Amino acid sequence: MSLTNYLVLAAILFTVGAVGVLVRRNAIVVFMCIELMLNSVNLTLVTFARSTGTLDGQVIAFFVMVVAAAEVVVGLAIIMSIYRTRRSASVDDANLLKY
Amino acid sequence: MIEAPDLSLSALSPFLFVFGAALVGVLVESFAPRHVRQPTQVALALVGTVGGFACTLLLAGRGEVTAAGALAVDGAGLFLQATIAGLGALSVLLFAERALDPARSAFVASAAVPAGSPRDRELLTDERVQTEVYPLATFAVGGMMLFVAANDLLVMFIALEVLSLPLYLICGLSRRRRLLSQEAAVKYFLLGAFASAFFLYGLALVYGATGTVQLAGIRQSVTDDGTGTLLVLGLGLLVVGLMFKASVAPFHTWTPDVYQGAPTPVTAFMAACTKVAAFGAILRLLYVAFGTADWTWRPLVYGIAIVSMVVGAVLGLTQTDVKRMLAYSSIAHAGFLLTGVIGLDAGTGSGLAATLFYLLAYGLTTVGAFAVVTLVRDGDGEATALAQWAGLARRSPLTAAIMTFLLLALAGIPLTSGFTGKFAVFRAAIEVGAWPLAVVALVTSAVAGFFYLRLVVLMYFSEPAEDGPSVGVPGLPTTIVLAVTVAATLVLGVVPGSVLDLADGAARLVG
Repeated sequence: MSLTNYLVLAAILFTVGAVGVLVRRNAIVVFMCIELMLNSVNLTLVTFARSTGTLDGQVIAFFVMVVAAAEVVVGLAIIMSIYRTRRSASVDDANLLKY
Repeated sequence: MIEAPDLSLSALSPFLFVFGAALVGVLVESFAPRHVRQPTQVALALVGTVGGFACTLLLAGRGEVTAAGALAVDGAGLFLQATIAGLGALSVLLFAERALDPARSAFVASAAVPAGSPRDRELLTDERVQTEVYPLATFAVGGMMLFVAANDLLVMFIALEVLSLPLYLICGLSRRRRLLSQEAAVKYFLLGAFASAFFLYGLALVYGATGTVQLAGIRQSVTDDGTGTLLVLGLGLLVVGLMFKASVAPFHTWTPDVYQGAPTPVTAFMAACTKVAAFGAILRLLYVAFGTADWTWRPLVYGIAIVSMVVGAVLGLTQTDVKRMLAYSSIAHAGFLLTGVIGLDAGTGSGLAATLFYLLAYGLTTVGAFAVVTLVRDGDGEATALAQWAGLARRSPLTAAIMTFLLLALAGIPLTSGFTGKFAVFRAAIEVGAWPLAVVALVTSAVAGFFYLRLVVLMYFSEPAEDGPSVGVPGLPTTIVLAVTVAATLVLGVVPGSVLDLADGAARLVG
């Protein structure tokens, strides 16, 4: 199977994630969509590592996983703190700051 | 057998200092009893940032690439690192202010207590503070310093996260108006993570096109093989990610909300230091990696600069809140800074020196302006509505005078640092033939000048309201910040020569 297929799949996953961030309302789901984007980048990186014959891409994918884990810790803490006050994780309800 | 990379410890000393202080801060948080934490953490954060500042000064004049090509130690990088560490130290002083508010601190006593609960109301005036903000801010300063020195897209990405993650957290730790603060944190976090995903995808595409993530390697590949679709697409995504951090329109939507909702000392920190760091990374990426193929980014940056100046100036006119107004001002200033980036002409243009000077001047003025915002208070904390500032000069002539001076500097009136900075970046843009951009910049400066002057007029020529806010008497930390920022704004405006020469001498990027 040609490597292009993996790149196309990764691009589709990235797009699904980006559209999800824009249209979904629940902060947790938005966050999951961002994780999907990061993982599609990992697939891209590993594919390019294969096609360019360098190891950098695979190493970077590990770094991305670690960063994504750190982001989960920080993100869930923030979403939890707002949920405990509002009893809702909808990004539409967080509308005190505007104009 | 894997060979260890060549590490120049002396070149790394600013990072070792700042990250070391942050790590010790985490240990203090874990083991020290609560009542000693606040003074210890403040001292540690100051030692870290001031130490990092001193280390960068000692390194001045160096020009090398170390850590297996991952870090560049050069004039521009060191200038920006010193700026970030210095502004970071000033911000830490603002964090440490405890005399202004009966609530004792700008930061929440216990972030885990739900906002608005009875326990939360009890803790409002409590002595204790969530002192984790100091190590977190120190980590953010370290990340920013790494961001401007990153000579490798991977290190740049890691630095981006190291600076962003602590900022997301400290945005949500305000003591008063906790819902607004938490909302700001959620918005900043979700949009920030979204933008870093774009940066990362750009990194992957550039890696696919060139086979390397080192800026020098990318430059080599661009020079030898030219640019393909993949590379240009990757560059575009990288620029989007960086522009988001620099709060440049059209990637600015988070800026007003987060600036308004975050505790004001944190807003000062973000407005000054994050801007410096993001522009440092933009300069390095565009100049070192893509300097030989500037047609790939010049039209993009040109367009974004115009959009940012216009959006910042026009929407700034409609604001009714001081912090939001300063947020739109920061968006407009990001546009002015981009005119300096346009003035980066391979080796000859004065754009790099002009942008460095502008970042220093803008950072100092902004920290000062937000420090004044922390002074004007009513029973409910800071009074940030513009209407509440009416007649402030009657209540406190000194505060109004300081704010007026800083606003004039932001507007770019002569004899302030803002004028010198604007003059330098506009001249750099004209030198490379981008005079239409300079014309737009002048027009938008005039428009932006209107909303700064409107606040000045409001402070001096309106009747104060009966139940208007009072002006708090600042403690030592805020007084130091105000004195330093006002003096620097004045000196950089009246006798800018030596600092301009310094920026000119530092305007060198290795790679």
